Amino acid sequence: MVHLISLLGRITLQVCELLGSFSLFVFNVLRALVTKRLRLHRVITQMEVIGVGSLIIVILTGTFSGMVFALQSYIGFQRVGGEQFIGAVVALGMVRELGPVLTGLMITGRAGSGIAAEIGTMRITEQIDALTTLSINPYNYLIVPRLVASTIILPFLALFAMLCGIVGGYVVCVHVLQLSAEDYISNVSTCVEMRDIIGGMIKSAVFGFILSAVGAYQGFFAHGGARGVGAATTQAVVTGSIMILISNYMLTKMLEHL
Amino acid sequence: MTSIIKIVDLKKKLGDRMISDGINLEIPTGQTTVILGRSGEGKSILLKQIIGLMKPDSGTIMVEGTDVTKLSEKARADQYAKFGYVFQFAALLDSLTIFENIGITLLEKGESVDVVLPIVKEKLSLVNLSHDVLYKYPADLSGGMRKRVGLARTLLTSPEVILYDEPTTGLDPITSRVIHDLICDMQHHLKITTVIISHDVEIFKYADNVALLHQGKIRYFGDAKTIWQSDNPYIYQFIRGDINGPIQHTANENR
Repeated sequence: MVHLISLLGRITLQVCELLGSFSLFVFNVLRALVTKRLRLHRVITQMEVIGVGSLIIVILTGTFSGMVFALQSYIGFQRVGGEQFIGAVVALGMVRELGPVLTGLMITGRAGSGIAAEIGTMRITEQIDALTTLSINPYNYLIVPRLVASTIILPFLALFAMLCGIVGGYVVCVHVLQLSAEDYISNVSTCVEMRDIIGGMIKSAVFGFILSAVGAYQGFFAHGGARGVGAATTQAVVTGSIMILISNYMLTKMLEHL
Repeated sequence: MTSIIKIVDLKKKLGDRMISDGINLEIPTGQTTVILGRSGEGKSILLKQIIGLMKPDSGTIMVEGTDVTKLSEKARADQYAKFGYVFQFAALLDSLTIFENIGITLLEKGESVDVVLPIVKEKLSLVNLSHDVLYKYPADLSGGMRKRVGLARTLLTSPEVILYDEPTTGLDPITSRVIHDLICDMQHHLKITTVIISHDVEIFKYADNVALLHQGKIRYFGDAKTIWQSDNPYIYQFIRGDINGPIQHTANENR
């Protein structure tokens, strides 16, 4: 029993320490964002790295998710005779949920891990210390451009995923399931409202912030050589994905009445 | 002789290990001081505490009369300008060209390339590097060239003190000699106070003072010219590489 309480205490302390350290890190980044000059060229470079570099996987993920979603929905709706609603379900699902979440998770795997690995390598090779000794704020130089870039670019990537998902659903409904194209299109245009799209984009922006903040945090405090960088990269993907999934519920609840 | 840096009773613990256990040391202005010690004795950590990259647990580090351990974040950033730090493996930014690496402090202040380029070329010449390397990346250079670029980057801010963290580690004897000569030239021409962390006994030829760090304390401090005549048991054993003496072979592993 004593061991159990002691273990519980240790875990609680570790969690509090981690949350405190992460909050302080985010505070330092936001302070640098507000108080220091934003290097636009570096933000644009990062938008290219994170955004353009991830476009193909976002298109593939969106398209095939929409196709599978249409197929699965067909099986359910066929039982109750509501096949004509598939377009609405696929579109709403992609715009409100699957587009932002899948994009967030895919970009966490691709760019979040990349941020952790790059900054982690800079940490263990003393490049971050070198910046500090040259009176260059490493938060402003390294983290802010990545954070701003991913927060801006994620909504646009999610928009691509949403569109591709809807097109993927159309292809399956019309060309595989032989359903009416007019029904699908009118369903989509009737059910999807601007607030659904804006809600999805807001979610994506938050996910973009989370994945780069978590990746940068893991990299910034990496230690222990190549093994440490590997661990930081894994942690960035695991923690980033979990935080995206948890925040997705909260955001859905908050955006309910948008 | 005045001291630009005065360290008093400096203590730093990492995990269970006491890295700095009451270090007292004065670095004379305008001279070259070498800090010797076995691997893992905390020499680099001492340098990082001096420059402010690590905060000591207790003790003071006075730089020109200011205790740098108690500086605010902004004041510490200003303090960095007084120092140059040449890292063990140069710590050049991989994603930047040599020109960008050397000129980074000016470029970050918003200076144009036209203004920075001649200054960078001048610093490259000071460290005996050809201008051909300007648009190469650190990965394209040899270890010795990277260290010289690291020194050129440091010289750009015209520091009062340059701290070298094992400047010749991993280099062949000829390149080591070239780097030592370069450090010596910098010190003589620019009158910069120089602190060198090393375990290379060749460095004595270029130094004014030698300090020996062992088990978190300075065990010896004296003139580099008379070091071979010293009967201090620690320095006597260290510079001769003697197995017998107060520095135990297993000391680092056990601590």
